[in-house]
Amino acid sequence: MLTYTLKRLFVALLILIVVSALTFSMSHLASDPAMAIAGETASAEDIQEIRRIYGFDQPIWYQYMAWAGKALTGDFGTSYHYREQVSVMLAQRFPTTLTLGICALAFALLLSIPMGVLAAIRPNSLIDRTALFIAVLGQALPTFWFALMLMILFGVQLRWLPISGNATWAHFVMPAIALGYYSTPALMRLTRAGMIEVLNSDYIRTARAKGLRPPTVMFKHALRNAILPVVSLTAVQFGFALGGSIVIETIFNLKGVGWLSYDAILRADLPVVQAIVLVIACFYVVLTLAADLLNAALDPRIRVR
Amino acid sequence: MMIRTITAGMLAAAIGLGAAAAHAGKDDDTLTIAWGSTGPIENVDNYFNTNRTGIWFSRMVWDQLVYRDEKTFEFKGLLAESWEYLNDTTLRFKLRQGVTFHNGEPFDADDVVFTLNWISDPDNGVKVQRNVNWIKNAEKVDQYTVDLHMKKPFPQAFEFLSGPLTIYPNEYYAKVGPDGMGKKPVGTGPYSVVSVKQAEEYVFKRNDDYNWGSPKGAGKIENIVVREIADVQTQIAELLAGGIDFTADISADHVEQIATVPGFEALQAETMRTGYIGFDAAGRSGFKPTTDVRVRRAMAHAINRESLVKNLIRGDSKVIHTPCFPTQFGCDVNAAVKYAFDPSKAKALLAEAGYADGFEIDLYSFRPADWNEAVMGDLAKVGIKVNFTKMPYFALRDLQWEGKTPMYFMDWGSYSMNDMSAITSHFFKHGPDDYALDPDLKQWLETGDTNVDPAVRKENYAKAIQKITEKVYWLPMFSHVRNYAYVASLDFTPYPDEIPRFFRYGWK
Repeated sequence: MLTYTLKRLFVALLILIVVSALTFSMSHLASDPAMAIAGETASAEDIQEIRRIYGFDQPIWYQYMAWAGKALTGDFGTSYHYREQVSVMLAQRFPTTLTLGICALAFALLLSIPMGVLAAIRPNSLIDRTALFIAVLGQALPTFWFALMLMILFGVQLRWLPISGNATWAHFVMPAIALGYYSTPALMRLTRAGMIEVLNSDYIRTARAKGLRPPTVMFKHALRNAILPVVSLTAVQFGFALGGSIVIETIFNLKGVGWLSYDAILRADLPVVQAIVLVIACFYVVLTLAADLLNAALDPRIRVR
Repeated sequence: MMIRTITAGMLAAAIGLGAAAAHAGKDDDTLTIAWGSTGPIENVDNYFNTNRTGIWFSRMVWDQLVYRDEKTFEFKGLLAESWEYLNDTTLRFKLRQGVTFHNGEPFDADDVVFTLNWISDPDNGVKVQRNVNWIKNAEKVDQYTVDLHMKKPFPQAFEFLSGPLTIYPNEYYAKVGPDGMGKKPVGTGPYSVVSVKQAEEYVFKRNDDYNWGSPKGAGKIENIVVREIADVQTQIAELLAGGIDFTADISADHVEQIATVPGFEALQAETMRTGYIGFDAAGRSGFKPTTDVRVRRAMAHAINRESLVKNLIRGDSKVIHTPCFPTQFGCDVNAAVKYAFDPSKAKALLAEAGYADGFEIDLYSFRPADWNEAVMGDLAKVGIKVNFTKMPYFALRDLQWEGKTPMYFMDWGSYSMNDMSAITSHFFKHGPDDYALDPDLKQWLETGDTNVDPAVRKENYAKAIQKITEKVYWLPMFSHVRNYAYVASLDFTPYPDEIPRFFRYGWK
């Protein structure tokens, strides 16, 4: 188990290095930060001076090493645009994104697990097909479109919910639904498949034969076992929700990390872009690593492979 | 683009469903504004941002020495009561008495001297150096008299003194610097700042001590709240739902839709922003056809600007024939050579230049594809095949500066300065944007920019306009419009310099 853990840790570290190096080089190639910092009205001399001050005239590998060295100590530098410490900006914006991610996932689970269970009870029935349709719609609808539909219905027409901002809990309802709905199909299908498999197993037959009440069989015996892989997938979906909040945060004007990354990309605010990509990558890697290790602990065959 | 079209259509549908107006703005005397489609203000300190909305913010909070009348463009006293030129490079200002900053600090010569000396010191890193690098220094003569020394004769000084150069309280700014001013701005203006939530929200309160005879006039609405909302569709949804009262970020299509909803008004007002098509006349990109003036004239005759204005830009937009906006100082419309839409003449000119069968050219722009497609369609009719590339502004400017764009459809807002040096001189004095590299132009524009005699300036600028249009270094296209939508209870007036004066607006 120790060798396996070390191996996985090494791979995780390698992924982070590759992600950060790729982000750094691609963002430097895609835009000239000096021009973005200088603004529309700057002269060529202003821009040249900015290049010198910020060290953009140095070779790119040198710039990367300087950045990576500092990042290791938690210092992501200063935003070119806002002139603030990137780590401070992330700390300010992260609670909004985290709240959104948790709410979105809660919504996804509340929708997908009951639907998955219902669908599994009567496979291929009308209920099953309806549940599948609702779930697949979540993946098929473009998130921005669904978000705007919610906004038009509940914000503009019915006036039930606030449209933008993050002042109260009510502000998170529409964004959480829009973001969480996208995760629903995967979670629902996994719940359904797990339930169908478990419901056909011997111990459920035994439980039923013992005369246990159907709800007890369903929730105490079947769901508990069927939901294990859903928990692993939830962890990955959570990472996805954090990374995928860019569109939702921008539409609903939630000033979280997703919005910050959108703003930073538009302005070529590279220290912010790099820090966000690295932090989100860390989340993915840690969550995947945790899932891998958990699986390995549960199933010894994985360790040997 | 597709996403925008779809979402615009959805909102149109929402408008069609009849979103009833319900705004609290007038009832609680609070005007809520949304802005931010080009990104939030990075630091509301007037000297440390380059946003247009930063200008809007600054006009509420701070005052300048001089006020430029928003309609006549005449200069009037603001924090300065009067002024005189002591010589070509020295201006003496007599300051107004009895003015106080929002924090109670009295305004006098120390504030003016401190501000002008601080911003003109390159070590302090004011973001737009062009605004301040003509200042040599300022000297206090007495408590209400200041001498401003310029590095060289600078006839555009009043455009800057009435625009970006706001006066700060010396004691406060010396203590808190740009960061402190960005968090808690203090000025003499018609509104004081209650709170700044960076990139999210700014809250203003009417300055009830603003009664010393400022030409800006006292603020009318008691509270103003600005929300930074990047997504235009969200801004419109908020407007329709009563969350905001005003937006200026919407498109022409939105204007037409919102104008039909009871309780709202929407309009498109002409601005100084001037659209143009630039040609590589100097051959910087290595593309040969545009180096021939006959080809450039042919293209000028081939493009139907009237149709583009009427069908796509709409509102108050007008076709422009000068490489500057007609109200700007020196922008003599009569000096310009005008090109009528005449495809047959265009074809004849192309044949004369040896391109009877046309040619292929790359066109670059950051503006909407449909504007560029209209140009492509017109040019295709005379045999010129255009390959269009749409790029973000900064990426395109990078490419332009590298000399890789044979033809580009751009525009320039002159940072709201009513002087043609802010546009023509910016592009034709052999800088990186210059694809004409004409030595005559450089000389005339330099004279126009530095001579203090208005007659000499006008004469030289007229020569420059004549040559730019005769040689078609640029084909001036049209004046841009800014689109506004707001609740019908707001008494709103737009201005051509694209700066809404929120302190002037009240409720109907």
